[in-house]
Amino acid sequence: MITLEIDGKKVEVDSGSTVMDAASKLGIHVPHFCYHKKLSIAANCRMCLVEVEKAPKPLPACATPATQDMKVHTRSEQAKSAQKGVMEFLLINHPLDCPICDQGGECQLQDLAVGYGGSGSRFEESKRMVGTKELGPLVSAAEMSRCIHCTRCVRFGQEVAGIMELGMVGRGEHSEIMSFVGSTVESELSGNMIDVCPVGALTSKPFRYAARTWELARRKTVSPHDALGSNLIAQLKGDSVIRVVPNENAEINECWISDRDRFSYEGLNSLDRLTEPMIKIDGSWEEVDWAVALDHIKEKFSTLNADPNRIGALSAPQATTEELYLFQKFIRELGSENVDYRLRQADCSNTGANALPWLGMSIGDVEKLDSILVIGSNIRKEQPLLAHRIRKAVNQNSASLALINPMRTDTLLTSAQEFTVSPSRVPIFMQQIVKAVSVQLGVEIPAAINHINVEPDAQKVADMLVVGKNKLILIGALSRHHPDRSKIEKISHILGDLVDAKIGLLSDGPNSLGAEATKNIPARSGLTAREMTANALDVYFLLHAEMGEDSCDPDVAIDALKSAKLVVAMSAFKDEVSNYATVMLPISPFSETSGTFINMEGKRQQFGPVAPAKGQSRPAWRLIAALGKLFGFGGFEYESIEKVREALRSVYDDLDANLRKKIDINEMPDALRPIEGIERFADVPMYSVDAVVRRAPALQSTKEAIRDYLWLGSDLSKELGAVNGDVVRVEQDGKHIELPAQIDVSLAGSVVRVPMTSNASKVIGGIGGPVQITKVASFEANV
Amino acid sequence: MITSNPPFSQDSYGPEAVIMKGVNGVNWQLAEYEKRGGYQALRKILSDEYSPGDVIAEVKKSALRGRGGAGFPTGLKWSFMPKGDGQKYIVCNSDEGEPGTFKDRDLLRYNPHIVIEGMAIAAYAIGASVGYNYIHGEIWEVYERFEEALEEARSAGYLGDKLLGSDFSFDLFAHHGFGAYICGEETALLESIEGKKGQPRFKPPFPASYGLYGCPTTINNTETFAAVPSLILGGGDAYLALGKPNNGGTKIFSVSGDVQNPGNYEVRLGTPFSKLLEMAGGVREGNRLKAVIPGGSSMPVLPANIMMSTDMDYDSIAEAGSMLGSGAVIIMDETRCMVRCLLRLSYFYHEESCGQCTPCREGTGWLYRLVKRIHSGLGEEGDIDKLLSLSDNIGGRTICALGDAAALPVKSFIEHFRPEFEYLVTHKESQIESK
Repeated sequence: MITLEIDGKKVEVDSGSTVMDAASKLGIHVPHFCYHKKLSIAANCRMCLVEVEKAPKPLPACATPATQDMKVHTRSEQAKSAQKGVMEFLLINHPLDCPICDQGGECQLQDLAVGYGGSGSRFEESKRMVGTKELGPLVSAAEMSRCIHCTRCVRFGQEVAGIMELGMVGRGEHSEIMSFVGSTVESELSGNMIDVCPVGALTSKPFRYAARTWELARRKTVSPHDALGSNLIAQLKGDSVIRVVPNENAEINECWISDRDRFSYEGLNSLDRLTEPMIKIDGSWEEVDWAVALDHIKEKFSTLNADPNRIGALSAPQATTEELYLFQKFIRELGSENVDYRLRQADCSNTGANALPWLGMSIGDVEKLDSILVIGSNIRKEQPLLAHRIRKAVNQNSASLALINPMRTDTLLTSAQEFTVSPSRVPIFMQQIVKAVSVQLGVEIPAAINHINVEPDAQKVADMLVVGKNKLILIGALSRHHPDRSKIEKISHILGDLVDAKIGLLSDGPNSLGAEATKNIPARSGLTAREMTANALDVYFLLHAEMGEDSCDPDVAIDALKSAKLVVAMSAFKDEVSNYATVMLPISPFSETSGTFINMEGKRQQFGPVAPAKGQSRPAWRLIAALGKLFGFGGFEYESIEKVREALRSVYDDLDANLRKKIDINEMPDALRPIEGIERFADVPMYSVDAVVRRAPALQSTKEAIRDYLWLGSDLSKELGAVNGDVVRVEQDGKHIELPAQIDVSLAGSVVRVPMTSNASKVIGGIGGPVQITKVASFEANV
Repeated sequence: MITSNPPFSQDSYGPEAVIMKGVNGVNWQLAEYEKRGGYQALRKILSDEYSPGDVIAEVKKSALRGRGGAGFPTGLKWSFMPKGDGQKYIVCNSDEGEPGTFKDRDLLRYNPHIVIEGMAIAAYAIGASVGYNYIHGEIWEVYERFEEALEEARSAGYLGDKLLGSDFSFDLFAHHGFGAYICGEETALLESIEGKKGQPRFKPPFPASYGLYGCPTTINNTETFAAVPSLILGGGDAYLALGKPNNGGTKIFSVSGDVQNPGNYEVRLGTPFSKLLEMAGGVREGNRLKAVIPGGSSMPVLPANIMMSTDMDYDSIAEAGSMLGSGAVIIMDETRCMVRCLLRLSYFYHEESCGQCTPCREGTGWLYRLVKRIHSGLGEEGDIDKLLSLSDNIGGRTICALGDAAALPVKSFIEHFRPEFEYLVTHKESQIESK
């Protein structure tokens, strides 16, 4: 420990601390721009110059190590003169266009200029102009004359996003922040550059000129897109969310959020919002009152007198725990056991008791791991900030990382070993790892795989897993949606037991754990989501589910729904569900209701509404409670969300107990056979994971949102004689569609990528499997 | 390739020359260097079993000070290097970009082996196994010459594995810069070798603890290394005796500007300025001496009367109010408009600022434009004080010394020649050039 004195106050700090750290500890604010607690020290803005006794000149607080008995003055004449001098220099070439700058009112330069700037300028020369930069649809760099060259955005890219997409080009006063020639900023964390920019140089493109910061109301909420559960602050003008920024939470998202969390709010204001209850009468939709709509459902229901076993209920993991609880309660009151949230899971068979979709550890502990094996996840796209923690583990803790994926996913880590394996070979590859590990550890090789050969790649993964202490096997969405999901999970558990690794299951949406806890899964006699859609039922209830997008079998699901007699869609949006629903009930998205999401580490995060309900829409928990009462079921008298939460207490107790339970899986699946020939790899693109993000225009105009293509590896494209833009016919399960081809050299050899949520998925289905491809027309012919 | 230069007189660098003794422009090769006694110092430390500590002690005794500009005691710098194993580097700063300085260029093209020998000895002293010589970008042919010399030294066993049969191994590489002045700043130079944009690092940590590729590194000027072989051969005391206490040895001065015979002159430290001026043939065309920048453009200018009574060594020049710097002596005679001179200097620092930190990036351009305005006859009352105030806001506030280098000339020019500036502001024309 070091004791020093700042502005006459004594403070003790750890050795290795800087003067800035010590000042922060004392609550003394030293003005700064380039310093950021999560980024490396640059010491280039010089705003934090302070006087240090015995030093011949003022020193930057951010970069000066604290030493024993040092005496620092942050507001002495010398310090103030240095700070004011720097402020003068920062302002001479700054346009001072605060009245038309989006950063105005929340600008560090503006704030500090009040304290350290002059009331007039001595600068009589002409100001520097810096040209506009095009960085893509999310980050605006239209007014780079405002830039003060602090390089926070550059360091953010290098150190946090893991990729240097911005740099400072040129020298002296000709220095400019720009992207590589012809490139835009494409990191999935790029929006954070807007936050770290202390001036109005980098601003939010969708938010541009939408409001002044002081007009905005600010309310806390939680991310509705992934199971990390980033804490957000939604900012509203009037009744609409028009900007989202991070709410710092060291344990979850630190001070960052993904672009998906930041820019998806646009979907909340979509014209496609369902705002009135609607009934389909003689093939056309009519807006009705709530009472009419609910009576219609009840009447229709009693006329149908449906067999409870022919009632299906599909909930989405975007629903709150409260909604999910009431939903399954209502369905079970109807006598049906057919309730499931696992819309994208092709294989819903049980892995073993209590195999819950969670991380198996805290998010922060990921940084401390020694080795990580990722099975089936484009981790940066699936869980952007979890990928950041993994990068920290590798870069700061020298963790080793291996990935098994149908394509190279670019982890931005040079040390990562990535093995491209076609989907049907993944479980086989993993069995090889188990065998290699068993041999290395000298334990008995499971009989089922005793005879298989171990490829060198599997041996490499085994070599990595047998050393080190803290290990994690992370099973991603590609495995969760895999036709052999349960086998992959079983083998993973066996492997985890062998090498003493934790198992992490990444799941869809923000609240898969909430759905599991509230038993939005059928008990033994019930049908799974896939079964409910494969066999047409009479009645369906949908909660936030858009089956044309969210189902693993969209074509089959839509057919089933269309042939049903009553389809009650509780949805915040109308276009998609209007294709097959008979009643549409407008419910609140996450932003307009109270609720709880349970994140991947099992943490419950409650939130309240940030915006008033749009039109006649109502929180789903209220709606379901009303339906329950209308149907005459007891136990649906919830006058407030607190009453629902009381009922959830025992649910949470059970969940907490189950998360701690050990999962024992001993039975190794029989040795498997891969698909011979070409197979399809169907991922969910990062900006189509849920109904809200699918309706966010800015995100939909990024490269990541492109999904109506068929991607081929280079070998397949040569075999087929196909080039970019050629039309290729793809046939799966007897259904086919023609798609333009794109060559993607990162794909495994015999794999074609046709994503879920694409238009093609609505024709040929959503999951992987054997496919046939033929070239139909060449690009030139199309032109 | 340097092919066309005819030999010049062996005494061109002056009768007191030590480093450049016997150098005639064509006798740069290994055999010639060995004939002049080359590589004897390296043989001596490797065969006489000097310990690294002995070498450093000898250098300390000699009062050899850094020839690049700061004049930091070389032996002391070497002693900062951590002892023990682990990768360490020795780096030669031949990024000679200081306006007025052209001594390292001569050293590398006419006497390259003395630098190689000096670096090998230094590497032995600090325990470095790899060295780099960072050569300025605008002297490509000198870089090629140095590469040739390196090949000679490697074939002769002066570089590489187990030098001259000892246990000491040392590899030396030349690195070609691209002409940025800032890369002469030692940490920017390291960044540049690492393949990054040449921008200075914040210090601490200093290169002795965190240098090239994060390893302990010693960086010295070309001439500093060149002084080492003779220092070792003759011993530290003898070297010190060449100069004066605290200012050991000889120094090559690059004399330029309004003199009859501009060029490099190697004299003993402590030689009177008047004698150096005489060696260079005096002020041109019989003009009167007006001012001298004694240590390269970054150092304060001094008027003639002060210079004529000053000796050329670190301490005397400091006492006179400037710095010896890199030894670039820029002579200005009575026909020179001091505002125009400052304009050229200000332009240089504005052009060469790396842009990393605020006061230099923004301030050097402002200084230049303000001087330009005054020089163009558009200056206003208060502009001269504004120049001084801006200089105060730049100097001592930046990451590296370029900020000081930009500020010091402004302050010294105004301090010594303020009436010329005031005349221009008042009369809208130069007091000198309008005559």
